[in-house]
Amino acid sequence: MQFFIEVLLGGLLSGVMYSFVALGFVLIYKASGVFNFAQGAMVFAAALTFVGFQEMGLPFPAALLAAFAVMVVLGIVTERVVLRPLVNQPPITLFMATIGLTYVIEGLAQGVWGANVRGLELGIEDVPVQWLMDSTGIGVSTFDLFGAGVAALLVTLLALFFQYTRIGRALRAVADDHQAALSIGIPLQTIWRIVWAVAGFVALVAGLIWGARNGVSFSLTFTALKALPVLILGGFTSIPGAIVGGLIIGSTEKLAEVYLGEYVGGGIDSWFPYVMALAFLLVRPEGLFGEKHIDRV
Amino acid sequence: MKTKTLSKTLVGSVIVGGLLATAVADAFAQAKEQFIGLPSYRVGAYAAGGSGVFGGWIDYMAMINERDGGVGGVKLTWEECETEYNNARGVECYERLKKKGSTGNSVFQPVSTGITYSVLDKVVADKIPMVTIGYGRTDAADGRVFPWVFPMITTYWSQATTMVKYIGSKEGGIDKLKGKKIVYLYHDSAFGKEGLSVLEKQSQKHGFSFVPLPVAHPGNEQQSQWLKIRQEKPDWVILWGWGVMNPTALKAAAKTGYPREKMVGVWWSGAEEDAIPAGDASKGFTAAGFNVAGPNYPVIKAIQDKVYKQNKGNMEDKSRIGSVYYNRGVVHGIITVEAIRTAQGKYGKRPLSGEEMRWGFEHIDIDAKRLKELGAEGFMPNLKITCADHEGSGLVKYQQWDGKQWKIVSDWIEPDREMVRGMIEESAAKYAKEKGITPRDCSKEG
Repeated sequence: MQFFIEVLLGGLLSGVMYSFVALGFVLIYKASGVFNFAQGAMVFAAALTFVGFQEMGLPFPAALLAAFAVMVVLGIVTERVVLRPLVNQPPITLFMATIGLTYVIEGLAQGVWGANVRGLELGIEDVPVQWLMDSTGIGVSTFDLFGAGVAALLVTLLALFFQYTRIGRALRAVADDHQAALSIGIPLQTIWRIVWAVAGFVALVAGLIWGARNGVSFSLTFTALKALPVLILGGFTSIPGAIVGGLIIGSTEKLAEVYLGEYVGGGIDSWFPYVMALAFLLVRPEGLFGEKHIDRV
Repeated sequence: MKTKTLSKTLVGSVIVGGLLATAVADAFAQAKEQFIGLPSYRVGAYAAGGSGVFGGWIDYMAMINERDGGVGGVKLTWEECETEYNNARGVECYERLKKKGSTGNSVFQPVSTGITYSVLDKVVADKIPMVTIGYGRTDAADGRVFPWVFPMITTYWSQATTMVKYIGSKEGGIDKLKGKKIVYLYHDSAFGKEGLSVLEKQSQKHGFSFVPLPVAHPGNEQQSQWLKIRQEKPDWVILWGWGVMNPTALKAAAKTGYPREKMVGVWWSGAEEDAIPAGDASKGFTAAGFNVAGPNYPVIKAIQDKVYKQNKGNMEDKSRIGSVYYNRGVVHGIITVEAIRTAQGKYGKRPLSGEEMRWGFEHIDIDAKRLKELGAEGFMPNLKITCADHEGSGLVKYQQWDGKQWKIVSDWIEPDREMVRGMIEESAAKYAKEKGITPRDCSKEG
């Protein structure tokens, strides 16, 4: 039982890490209906930029601010160069554009900062909480708990931003209906710029957490693969959905790997979440918290 | 009028003569160049490894050109083609490079197991030798069945047996392995699976229990595997990873409280790029290598003197000169140049075709004396290739990360040659049967 609890807890905390990346997808999809394929590349670029500024001698807060500024600029340029010319184009066109954007961001980041693998220290040790280990025998990482705390803070901030600020309300209006929002004078392009900047901030946070865990390398782009089943499960338009989806995916994939893995050759945690998400799609296509889409004919 | 015509004729003759001379000189210059196609990867998930290996390799060839004027008066030329470590792009690069240079591409070294498998049949048809140093298909070491493939210095199977020997030495003797438990944490790919069969056999031979645990690509999440390791309580963990899987494993080991001193890694997990991202979690981790790290070897000093002092170096980040991957690239350069030198001994000092280069690779003999002349004493093991044996010494050294750099902690360790060679011949014979290949009779080869 103790081992089961440890696997479950570990899975839940891993799920929080997936949620970080999923949040970026949700923000952009919610505001513009674009599935941003470049979110993984943004995570990588943000972390690489942060480490790059640190290597230039900037202290932690300054490097964080500078990296955020770069992500804001990236968001603005994306809106101006990629999205604006494609307004009113079918969603698949916008999706294809973000695939192109992925390669641009990956290449640009490596071109500017180099392809070297770097370490990233946030000052939080990735070791088991000793008192918990001594008293219960269950190993839970200090870093994972820190990650969960950051996720809780981030979701709270986003929820407050969307709920109580003018821009947040405008974002929600755009998300609900572009045409209606435009008709009452909400500037669509400004909203898109803001949402891409916020997604850039979320990518930076995800990049820092994942980078501190595994190092800052091109592989950070693969974190997007972990977010996709979370999105299918939680819904593409729900911030709480990204968190709950992450928790479900994280815990089930770990339990499946540990308890079922040996019967099917192991290494199933890469595809099991997708199987689960697909099965879920059959029952609830809009995801756990996604908006039900009804077309009047 | 006559004078005018004469001067016109003279001018015309000078121009035509000049053009002809230039063309001849060009042709001559081209004729004195040996082309090496480099299917490199400097972007993508494995860029850190690719930029190090190909950077070191190019720097070594540049040093040979600068210091010696090429090999036997033949200048080395090269062209990179970006594969991104992707099989399809690797094949594309193979096709693009194969007709370059006056004699075509004379050797293909993809530094990727996947690309190796993808072009295995092509190199035979095109008569271009493929050299796979420390990767690729292990049974290709049987040169009777695979005359065009050279998995040189040491193979994955040899390495796995040296790992067992190294672990045995740490336990106080190979006989002390009886009753011990070793987990094999591997990348769930053809590369990772290469170690399975030989380690299974080693476990039967030495009496230790063997627990394989696959990690799905790319390996950036290993919580489940490490929880299993915590449950299994192994005496040792063999880490057979590549790319992000390595620092993730080291971090996860620290997270679950598993001692890094009890972890031994494959040579693709033993570079600075694997240890640095994991920070303090890497301290104490040991990894195999067929080359060592460090800039204090005459060959590296020669590169710094002849190439970097002239601002002609390939590495943007000069702190990487002497790193594990960089030095591995230098090893690639040494072997390529020694093959050219060997082949020139038979065919003359001129550009060589793929077939001639194949002969050169098959007759490489880098002994201790030659290593010293090359400034690579202790840098890499001796290497002698024959018609039947395309592997060579099979020797492996172990290095431990002390928190800042790799420190050598073993001498060159001999593989379990009897077991490995037996497995190679068995597997190669099976391949030959499947493909209808009649193995060469090496007693008849020149």
